[in-house]
Amino acid sequence: MNVLAYLIPISLLLGGVGLGAFIYTVRTNQYDDPEGDARRILSDEWDDKPKQ
Amino acid sequence: MTAQLTSGTAACPGCIAAPVEPARPVPEDVQIALSLPGIHCSACIATVERELSAHPGVDDARVNLTLKRAMVKAKPDLQAADLIPVLERVGFEAHELDPSALSATQANKAGRDLLMRLAVAGFASMNVMLLSVSVWSGATDATRDMFHWISAAIALPAIAFSAQPFFANAWSALRVGRLNMDVPIVLAILLALTTSLWETALSGEHAYFDAALTLTFFLLAGRYLDYRTRAAARSAAEELTALEVPRAIRQVDGVEEEVAVATLNVGDLILVRPGGRMPVDGEIVSGRSELDRSLLTGETLPVFAEAGLTVSAGEVNLTGPLTIRATAVGEDTSLHRMADLVAIAESGRSRYTSLADKAAKLYAPGVHILSALSFLGWYIYSGDIRTALNIAAAVLIITCPCALGLAVPAVTTAASGRLFRKGMLIKHATALERLAEVDTVVFDKTGTLTSGAPELTNLADHAAADLKMALALAQVSSHPLSVALTKAVRLAGVTPTSLQDVVEVPGYGTQGTCDGKQVRLGRAEWTGGRAGDQTAAWLSIEGRAPVAFLFSDSLRPGAAESVQAFRDAGKEAILISGDTQGAVRALAQKLGIENWVAQALPQDKAARVQDLRDQGRHVLMVGDGLNDTAALAAAHVSISPASALDAARVASDIVLLGNDLSPIADACDTAVKATRRIRENFRIATVYNIVAVPLAVVGLATPLIAALAMSTSSITVSLNALRLR
Repeated sequence: MNVLAYLIPISLLLGGVGLGAFIYTVRTNQYDDPEGDARRILSDEWDDKPKQ
Repeated sequence: MTAQLTSGTAACPGCIAAPVEPARPVPEDVQIALSLPGIHCSACIATVERELSAHPGVDDARVNLTLKRAMVKAKPDLQAADLIPVLERVGFEAHELDPSALSATQANKAGRDLLMRLAVAGFASMNVMLLSVSVWSGATDATRDMFHWISAAIALPAIAFSAQPFFANAWSALRVGRLNMDVPIVLAILLALTTSLWETALSGEHAYFDAALTLTFFLLAGRYLDYRTRAAARSAAEELTALEVPRAIRQVDGVEEEVAVATLNVGDLILVRPGGRMPVDGEIVSGRSELDRSLLTGETLPVFAEAGLTVSAGEVNLTGPLTIRATAVGEDTSLHRMADLVAIAESGRSRYTSLADKAAKLYAPGVHILSALSFLGWYIYSGDIRTALNIAAAVLIITCPCALGLAVPAVTTAASGRLFRKGMLIKHATALERLAEVDTVVFDKTGTLTSGAPELTNLADHAAADLKMALALAQVSSHPLSVALTKAVRLAGVTPTSLQDVVEVPGYGTQGTCDGKQVRLGRAEWTGGRAGDQTAAWLSIEGRAPVAFLFSDSLRPGAAESVQAFRDAGKEAILISGDTQGAVRALAQKLGIENWVAQALPQDKAARVQDLRDQGRHVLMVGDGLNDTAALAAAHVSISPASALDAARVASDIVLLGNDLSPIADACDTAVKATRRIRENFRIATVYNIVAVPLAVVGLATPLIAALAMSTSSITVSLNALRLR
């Protein structure tokens, strides 16, 4: 059962990382236009380099 | 959106490292917001952004497909009016929005707050569930206790943060001695936590930490969906006030300046250009023109205007520039006073109880009684307060309204999303439910069934020479009748005669000379024609009797189809207009509407709608004018087009963003389906309760059963709602 000593902290940490990432996406307005973003990946514009 | 983006990116290290421009007093870029009801795919996004960015003066353009909007950052001298034709040329309908009114939506703190709580509850419940699964699959003794303690360590702070909206709502209801849906929720969460802590402390077998967290998660999901639909409704209302961009040209000591309408004062001199709308009530000081009063009264015939005439806010100036002196501004204008009629009519509508309210009214006391009874029963039977409390907690958790909380929001989100893609904004939360009950549809004429743009009807009655002459005169004017005439005659392949000394006489028409004879095209009184009750422009050639060009209002696209669709669905269509007998009769016949009323005053319209209501009918009112507002508010449910006046849009439940009327019939259909789904969802939730509650009451419910019942019912309900898309 010693493996639990590693696994539990790791699972909590990974969960925390996921939560942190989600909070980051919310704070940077990444859910403002979900439909538009889903369509934008189909456009060829800015394929070679990102828009500045 | 863009404003926040910049503040967001400023936090990125790369941007901080970038050389910062020295501050210099450059005029700041302006934000222009455009509503684009017609966009729907990636090609649309690309075209709109490309066209806008290519326009000189535009720095950046970004389309938001979810909100069907474009935000443009541009040089200060650029106006939205310059960009709209650019988009119209590539086939997109565009309307200007007021970006200052929109900013409130973008800073939607409440929504972000809910999303954050949802995320915390979601991540915490996943972690706790992981630990719970190991307990369910056989962890015992010290391992089980440790898992329970870790679960408690995650669940307690997570719930303290994410369940706050429920605590706050339940507290505010309890404080005034009422019960709402949140009271059983909070009780269930708190009871589950307390008994689980107690059990864990005593090395007990069952802990409900996962249940308390998933419960919070599912309920927050419902709340968030509900918020999203309501935010869409609120942004609709803002978008609508934004559609009328409040600017006016004020003359101060002969100098013209553009100012916000809100800053105008009584006594100011205001210049209203041809095509502009009166911003305030006032009196004409100078200038001569014609006024279009159709939005206020429903009359399509333009009214002659010259110095001394009183004008009201909302009227449109057609031909010549007018200078008016303001007599009433802001809230005092006749436009705003009309809105008071709405407030009176609106109070009648709040009586409607939604399906969700009905369900909650039955549900909340039922759950409490059931839980209290099982507590008492088990306490008397076993004499052990711990067992009794455990069972009471299990009953509360299992009956907890996860599925009920999702049943309505999931459906309304799916339905409003579907309607929004068709160009309709649902402003009111219960609008769909009410729309589903409609059996009678009342239409307004001008601006609703018709587009408000005239169409030449008697082209074939005129000699070719007259047409050439008329075209020569009409093509120099921007009066709506001249524009319509020019378009129709050009389409017939006629070329203009050459005339000399062509001038437009504001308020009257155009005149010129041909072979020494004076020719005129314009109002009946000016050309010697006879004014009838149909819209007409008269052509007079010196020495001959004048001839009339007759116009009728052109039908809005989709008007005929939607009237037909309503009739096919067995609903009665009624036409009530403030316009003249002849015009209304002609339109009613064209559309096959048997029941019509002409020359109706605003009060008449509202009274008619009220009569229909008193007969037990559920009336859908579709209208756009100020004269429709009272009727819109009196109706069971109401729809207005985006071109409608502020007051009318405020009074209506649903707003049509595009020009096409055909989505209306479709909306009724969607509403019926949505209401059916809501009822189905309630039934599904009830069935789960009927199966699970007896188990909980007799003490057979384990945390595993609770988790299963809760998740499956919530997921089935959401999937059922998705069938609507």
